[in-house]
Amino acid sequence: MSQPVAPVRHVLIEGNKSYHQITEDLCSPTEKAPSREWIVVFALATAFVGLYVFAIVWTVWKGIGTWNLNRTINWGWDITNFVWWIGIGHAGTLISAILLLFRQRWRTGVNRAAEAMTIFAVICAGQFPIFHMGRVWMAMFTIPFPNTRGPLWTNFNSPLLWDIFAISTYFSVSVLFWYTGLVPDLATIRDRASGFRRKMYDLFSFGWTGSAKHWQRHESLSLVLAGLSTPLVLSVHTIVSFDFATSVIPGWHTTIFPPYFVAGAVFSGFAMVQTLMVITRKVLNLKEYITINHIESMNKVIVLTGTIVGVAYLTELFVAWYSGYIYEQFAFYNRVFGPYWWSYFGMMFCNVVSPQLFWSRSIRRSVWWTFFMSILINIGMWFERFVIIPTTLARDFLPSSWSLYSPTWVEISMFLGTIGVFFFCYLVFTRVAPVVAVAEVKAILKVAGDQYIGPKAKKAHGHAHSEPATKKAEEEG
Amino acid sequence: MAAQSKKVLYGLYNDEEELKSAIKTANAQHLDIMDVFTPFPVHGLDPILGLKESRLHIMGFVYGAIGALFAFLAMTWIFTSDWPIVFGGKPYWSVPAFIPIVFENTVLYSAWGMTITFYTVCGMWPGVKAKTLDNRITDDKFCIAFDVSDAPEGDVKNLQGFFTKTGAAEVNVKMM
Repeated sequence: MSQPVAPVRHVLIEGNKSYHQITEDLCSPTEKAPSREWIVVFALATAFVGLYVFAIVWTVWKGIGTWNLNRTINWGWDITNFVWWIGIGHAGTLISAILLLFRQRWRTGVNRAAEAMTIFAVICAGQFPIFHMGRVWMAMFTIPFPNTRGPLWTNFNSPLLWDIFAISTYFSVSVLFWYTGLVPDLATIRDRASGFRRKMYDLFSFGWTGSAKHWQRHESLSLVLAGLSTPLVLSVHTIVSFDFATSVIPGWHTTIFPPYFVAGAVFSGFAMVQTLMVITRKVLNLKEYITINHIESMNKVIVLTGTIVGVAYLTELFVAWYSGYIYEQFAFYNRVFGPYWWSYFGMMFCNVVSPQLFWSRSIRRSVWWTFFMSILINIGMWFERFVIIPTTLARDFLPSSWSLYSPTWVEISMFLGTIGVFFFCYLVFTRVAPVVAVAEVKAILKVAGDQYIGPKAKKAHGHAHSEPATKKAEEEG
Repeated sequence: MAAQSKKVLYGLYNDEEELKSAIKTANAQHLDIMDVFTPFPVHGLDPILGLKESRLHIMGFVYGAIGALFAFLAMTWIFTSDWPIVFGGKPYWSVPAFIPIVFENTVLYSAWGMTITFYTVCGMWPGVKAKTLDNRITDDKFCIAFDVSDAPEGDVKNLQGFFTKTGAAEVNVKMM
């Protein structure tokens, strides 16, 4: 069968779509009244936002003593949750930036939603260190400006301050990248709307017209922002890992932490993208845009990064044994067989053993398996951070100060609350903006639509379109 | 400039390939295209429209360099002259420890600078009223526009003939 583009290309847009049909399908969820499922989930998310607000007010009012941290275990659920959320916040920029540089077309189906997810996950992550400060109104003193205390500055040599810079930069650059990509799509919604809706979208689409020069600049901006975001996304989790790796605590003081944290972040981020995409494509009826091919591609990333994480876990153990240093060896013995052994084995099972199922093509292409596995990985990656943080601290330098830790209802509520905040933001996003990048999908239609490539490609039609499609593929390299 | 109203003659095409061949025809006939509007970035449009490569990325470099220099010099000044403090017995001017913040600031300045420049040079900002010729341009129509404010009747006829010949689905006139 003669195909207009290379047969290795997957069909990424199904259902014989025209440009207009793409606009219709992707914009209509923002124009219709919300479905019953949406309302139910939104009400649930709002309830959890309420729980979050309550836990925060309680923490600030009563003080940080309402958490179960003690002198030995001074980082518990708070920093565990912080690192977990930051990790989840890595997939969006990875998909939109690194996959853009690698010219992976399947990113167009999922990038917009994944970027939004990144932003919401970073918002959730930020809550934990900020409220862990205790006197939260002092949070502004982390920003280096000459203040009323005299010319006293922040410590620029501290990884905790690097974190402030890394995460705030990551957040603001992600917002820019996401919003700039969204502007043409908001203009599409604007041009379909009337009355007050039109006025609002007029405001938010910044007067976009689709002029050729504007598109050229837009492409140039997107490419450079992608180039900037690629090292940025890698730097953020590297710097988060420095919070641990530059300390002198056995079990934290390891050089493997930066790459291991980055791989883990990509792993957990993709798992969360899968969780959201599997639901989104069903509820918003986007199965023709977020296809099984997209899901399979992401599952491949999951099996790769899951295996990298597994190798890192084993390397850690090996190096601890090989070092011949008994305190390092004890730290890792404690990690595996200590009081929190169940979290170590939970982590090993969820992150290393279970993703290996994705070597099977039929499991990779099964929506139910994908959803189940994504939840498992989300749990496993939470365990990983728990294993690193409280387990290591629980057995510190002096056996007389060894301790155990379990969270109070305040810490549990705050964590569940941030999940509510995350879903609340995501659900609002699905109502106001297209969750799939409209213009980008149109741009790849002729090289990824099922009427042009794949087994369903129209033969009669094929000749007329084969030439431009091939040309286009060549131009894009 | 903005207050002046223009008379614009525009044609809508259904496909980007039709649009591209129409632009080539227009170039051959030395027609002065005002602007081209598309629902998504059409590859291969820039050379035939004679658009020069955007210089935005050069500005990105400049902003990034400013960010890097600012972060490095600020930390140097603070730690060596404004308020020197010894942290863990390290020298005041502990350059390797400055790398993460210098990097983050480079990215921050470059990204914000470029984005603000992009919106400024495109004349896009919250509250700017879009000069839309046709609502379907952001949906599925590809548009070529000519400024015919001062064009004599014959030229307009000629342009309408051009649109018909190149297969435009619709031809309209709009004041803007």
